[in-house]
Amino acid sequence: MHYNTGYHGEAVPLVRRFVELFRDAETVCVPSASCVAMMREHYELIARNEDDPRLLAEVQALLPRVFEFSELLTKKLKVTDVGAHFPHSVTYHPSCHSLRMLNIREEPLTLLRAVDGLNLIELPNREQCCGFGGTFAVKNMDVSTAMLAEKKACVIETKADVVTSLDNSCLMNIWGGLHRDGSSVRTVHIAEILNSVKGLAGGNA
Amino acid sequence: MSIRVGKAAKAPAFPIAAHKALENNQLRANVRRATTTIRNKRALRVEEMPDWESLRSAGAAIKQHTLAHLDHYLEEFVRNCERAGGKVHWARDADEANSIAINLIRTYTPKDSTAPVEVIKVKTMTSDEIQMNHALEREGIVPIETDLADMIVQLGKDEPSHIVVPALHKNRTEIRDIFRASMAQPELTDQPEDLTAAARKYLRERFLRTKIAVSGANFAIADTGSVCVVESEGNGRMCLTLPEVLITLVGIEKVIPSFGDLEVFLQTLPRSATGERMNPYNSLWTGVTPGDGPQHFHVILLDNGRTKLLEDEMERETLQCIRCAACLNACPVYRETGGHAYGSIYSGPIGAILSPQLQSLEHSRSLPYASTLCGACYEVCPVKINIPEVLIHLRGRVVREDQKTLKGKLGVENIAMQAAATIFRSERRYEASQRLARIGQLAFERKGLLTNLPGMAGGWTATRDLKPIPSHSFRDWWKSRNNTTWSPKSNMSQGGAN
Ligand code: SF4
Repeated sequence: MHYNTGYHGEAVPLVRRFVELFRDAETVCVPSASCVAMMREHYELIARNEDDPRLLAEVQALLPRVFEFSELLTKKLKVTDVGAHFPHSVTYHPSCHSLRMLNIREEPLTLLRAVDGLNLIELPNREQCCGFGGTFAVKNMDVSTAMLAEKKACVIETKADVVTSLDNSCLMNIWGGLHRDGSSVRTVHIAEILNSVKGLAGGNA
Repeated sequence: MSIRVGKAAKAPAFPIAAHKALENNQLRANVRRATTTIRNKRALRVEEMPDWESLRSAGAAIKQHTLAHLDHYLEEFVRNCERAGGKVHWARDADEANSIAINLIRTYTPKDSTAPVEVIKVKTMTSDEIQMNHALEREGIVPIETDLADMIVQLGKDEPSHIVVPALHKNRTEIRDIFRASMAQPELTDQPEDLTAAARKYLRERFLRTKIAVSGANFAIADTGSVCVVESEGNGRMCLTLPEVLITLVGIEKVIPSFGDLEVFLQTLPRSATGERMNPYNSLWTGVTPGDGPQHFHVILLDNGRTKLLEDEMERETLQCIRCAACLNACPVYRETGGHAYGSIYSGPIGAILSPQLQSLEHSRSLPYASTLCGACYEVCPVKINIPEVLIHLRGRVVREDQKTLKGKLGVENIAMQAAATIFRSERRYEASQRLARIGQLAFERKGLLTNLPGMAGGWTATRDLKPIPSHSFRDWWKSRNNTTWSPKSNMSQGGAN
């Protein structure tokens, strides 16, 4: 949030804090693609701009162990079927950062297709941004709302019960708009879907 | 020196202009239809290229290399262009470029001529950047735009809204109305054939009688001194061949080292710009050829703020742009607002980084924020300009400049960001603030929802609901859970239907 809004100096202590907390972790699993994108795209740059070779070395050592949630499952653990059960029709919104910065395309779809009872419906024009964009949502509220309107219309068109994504921020935006319209479509992070088992289906559902 | 980019200095901030644009449903429908069409055509033409990614990298590499040695290649271009019979002029800013053009036009106009002095123009964004038409008109010179879209904009007394299709915001009926009003053709229909026929008649007369042309350039080639213009209509070709005098305005970043480099750009530019495999008209000329084409050829090399961008590696990237407009067509923000909201003739993602850098940031400080950083622009850019990265860099400049003033320091956003940075640095503070927020939000909670928040957050709840912070957070759950290790197997055995 800080770095992307232009508060570059303020982001430095947050990078240091992250390294401090996770430097000893074997693997870091992050349930948000945009957070991983921030780390991979900018942490090194931030350390370089600070002229801090120690921080840079630590960032470089830690980053290869940081995984987005669906990446961790499919790429590192090589799991595609987690044995989940989720008897709902679901559409998947590929968040911009997962798609264009992390290049995660098929991984979440593979995971969702393996879920028992889940009916996966393709979202029309799915690669278009939902209009969230962090502080953009409030700084450019009108444009953000217009973009969200397009995304909502696409979601409604699928007739799915649930929208899922790798980013809760997009889901918060999409849910906020749909709910304001009185729609009953729910937004559920992919981790919650994969965590649903028979008899306990619906993670927050 | 005064650096101006069109009328950008006087333009309202992006959110205000965007608000106005969003109320114009006709404009939005036109922009959506046109950008979707071009974007799909582009995708088709790019997918068929097995080496597209290498072409993008090659384009970026050529431009980066040229920009790193710009002085060398500019001098080489000047030498070769003048050797072939051209004359090169240097212009530091808009005023200098305009006065060079005006002097040249005066020089080549017969002293005893009583008819109004006319010049025909090939589509050039650079001339809009320096507002050349206004400057010419002030001197009693009549500029005639010959690119169809530019002509529509000129006749409709409008501003360009797109860098490749300046009249993209107009549909056929609106164009018919403009033609009816300005060509004395009250019966004109909005059928494409009729509209083109009307334009052709209007333009042909002017092509034949006008002695001086002004063009831009897509590429200036150092090792041969040639200039290249690509276009779809052939009207440019008319201007480049029929008149006696040709004045070409070139931004200094348009130079490329060698003729062979065109191999890359003549593949990437048409596919990115209009979804064509090749432009129908690719004009290339070198100096003056006796008995063939214009006999007097002048090049004006324009800086207008560009050299300032060379100093910083990240800002320099902006100068790689070949003005294909693929980033505009791909941008979800441009798609909603169209180009006028950007307040500059350079609109969309490239406009959001170019205008604030060419002229001082102060004049266009809202532009770096006119993006969700979704990356669609970077994905399509044929010279790989990392526009989101440059936007973030410029946001950093805006914030740093703000923080120098008391007003900026005391601004709501700055205070919120400082507070958040302090909170995020410590778990103790984070948890305490979560507890506090849970209490604070009670005042705004209605039926388990936040629907009307104060201050900046009101921008959210004006059109969207928000769930309150839950009473049991992830952190609480993490602390309370049994310390069992998870494995895919153990989850499956819990009764997964496998
Ligand atoms: S920034 Fe890239 S995509 Fe946009 S106009 Fe320039 S070259 Fe084309």
